[in-house]
Amino acid sequence: MQYGLTEEQEMIAATVRSFVENEIYPHEDLVERTGEVPAEIAQEIKQKTLDLGFYACNFPESVGGAGLSHMDFAIVERELGRGSMALNHFFGRPQNILMACDGDQVDRYLMPAVRGEKMDALAMTEPGAGSDVRGMKCSAVRDGGDWVLNGTKHFISGADHADFFIVFVATGEDHTPRGPKKRITTFLVDRGHPGFTVRDGYKSVSHRGYKNMILEFDDCRLPDAQVLGEVDGGFEVMNTWLYATRITVATMCVGRARRVFDYALDYAAQREQFGQPIGKFQGIGFQIADMITEIDAADLLTLAAADRLDKGLPSNREIASAKLYASEMLARVTDAAIQVHGGMGLMDDFPLERFWRDARVERIWDGTSEIQRHIIARDLLRPLGA
Amino acid sequence: MKVLVPVKRVIDYNVKVRVKADGSGVDLANVKMSMNPFDEIAVEEAIRLKEAGKADEVVAVSIGVKQAQETLRTALAMGADRAILVVAADDVHEDIEPLAVAKILAKVVEEEQPGLVLAGKQAIDNDMNATGQMLSALLGWSQGTFASELDIDGDKAVVTREVDGGLQTINVTMPAIITVDLRLNEPRYASLPNIMKAKRKPLDEKTAADYGVDTTPRLAVVSTAEPEARAAGIIVGSVDELVEKLKEAGAV
Repeated sequence: MQYGLTEEQEMIAATVRSFVENEIYPHEDLVERTGEVPAEIAQEIKQKTLDLGFYACNFPESVGGAGLSHMDFAIVERELGRGSMALNHFFGRPQNILMACDGDQVDRYLMPAVRGEKMDALAMTEPGAGSDVRGMKCSAVRDGGDWVLNGTKHFISGADHADFFIVFVATGEDHTPRGPKKRITTFLVDRGHPGFTVRDGYKSVSHRGYKNMILEFDDCRLPDAQVLGEVDGGFEVMNTWLYATRITVATMCVGRARRVFDYALDYAAQREQFGQPIGKFQGIGFQIADMITEIDAADLLTLAAADRLDKGLPSNREIASAKLYASEMLARVTDAAIQVHGGMGLMDDFPLERFWRDARVERIWDGTSEIQRHIIARDLLRPLGA
Repeated sequence: MKVLVPVKRVIDYNVKVRVKADGSGVDLANVKMSMNPFDEIAVEEAIRLKEAGKADEVVAVSIGVKQAQETLRTALAMGADRAILVVAADDVHEDIEPLAVAKILAKVVEEEQPGLVLAGKQAIDNDMNATGQMLSALLGWSQGTFASELDIDGDKAVVTREVDGGLQTINVTMPAIITVDLRLNEPRYASLPNIMKAKRKPLDEKTAADYGVDTTPRLAVVSTAEPEARAAGIIVGSVDELVEKLKEAGAV
């Protein structure tokens, strides 16, 4: 890994950061208060992102993206991580999985998504199938030449604004020595398609305004043309395209932690008790020292994982380590930042209580901390035959 | 028409400035540096002139330490066509005085033959507000300072200036030095394609010696001090008391 960012990467970081500070921060209180992103604000953020050429910057130039490397993109996401998830959703980064589009799917889904004309959402999780993807009940069965989908998906982020959905459903079962194994197929489903309903999900303690929605399929009939990738090839599509997305959580945690840290550092220098800035007391100063050390460690771990992806090296364990460490680091940093602020840290005059709440989900979504530890341990032990 | 835009690398406006312990100046070690915000407005205006078809090339120039290269890359990423770096100092704490900067710029103007020099009205680090005016005197060009509106029409520029108590509109004969004020425009973000292109744009590196300009300081900084902390206010009980307090303070 090369240490230090290139001039371009420094400029990308500076630009995205200043975009987030000027275009996202001012709307955060409103979103936090109402739990909604007003349509005109969403459109404004989207248009500005398009104008700056940052929209879908995670896509290759061949389809109209910016062709950023994993490292470049990690830097974009790190700076975005400073701002509200609900608002920066419109700094559009469609799912890379759309690169699996084939034939007329390219013009119907991939290109409109890259151009910001259509927004996508990814649907995998079900009430009975979280970490255990293979436990999914949502299924599609053949009927004539079509597929008929039935079942429920939940915790679907971005679904309230999505024009179409990338949905993983079971399309059969194989019998293996280790027991039955579901075959999974990926479908593209348009909002409003007969038999398909999107409804409000739960109220979450984290990321207000970034809604989780429930999708219901009730005899939803789809032709073969809606299959993304191969029939029964869902796991391949997942492994090829979703492999790298866990790194997003890690990068965003680092960005948010840096924002939180700035509050804590500032307060430790300004707030006086017993005749001196509280940062001068070791009890506070040492917390500040630990915070920045952990943030830097998470930052380097994340960039190193992105660098491995760019080099085409196996990165499963490294991504898991970055996701695990960065999300747990954010929990500690937000907690310590509140401790530095004392009682004021809990009041909504400061955004710290929000960062603290928002941090909670990071250890859960995109693979819980337990799943990441499982991946890391398996990756190390399996070659030794354990 | 070619537009020359001098840009300065200064302490970022968000950074809380700290005076060095020996009072010799402001501590710039490990401090975030950025393009002087007024210069950013000048770059923006130059790019807008190009987009409007009134300019055909925007050249950014910076005079200072080698790291000013980053500042020039920012100008290139915003849309300037090429850049010139004049290295005139090794130490970031060494500030080049306005007269030396103006002399170097005069030589650059001689070489580049721009039709317009667009500069920030002042740099936010030492607030000298002198370089543009000095350059105008050295070149014998007309000047329009503190522009809040600018309209170029052939060999004439109409400049609206922010002066005490109002706005003044003047006609300036081109070629000219125009220094820009805060309200002229809102600088754009660098677009992603332009950031990627910036590195491929030409950046020439020169030294002050190349232009035969002596940059030895003519001014000596005697001391630098933090502004005095503002004393707390008081709450008065009545209008009479307020008037009395104001009289005591010599305010009425």
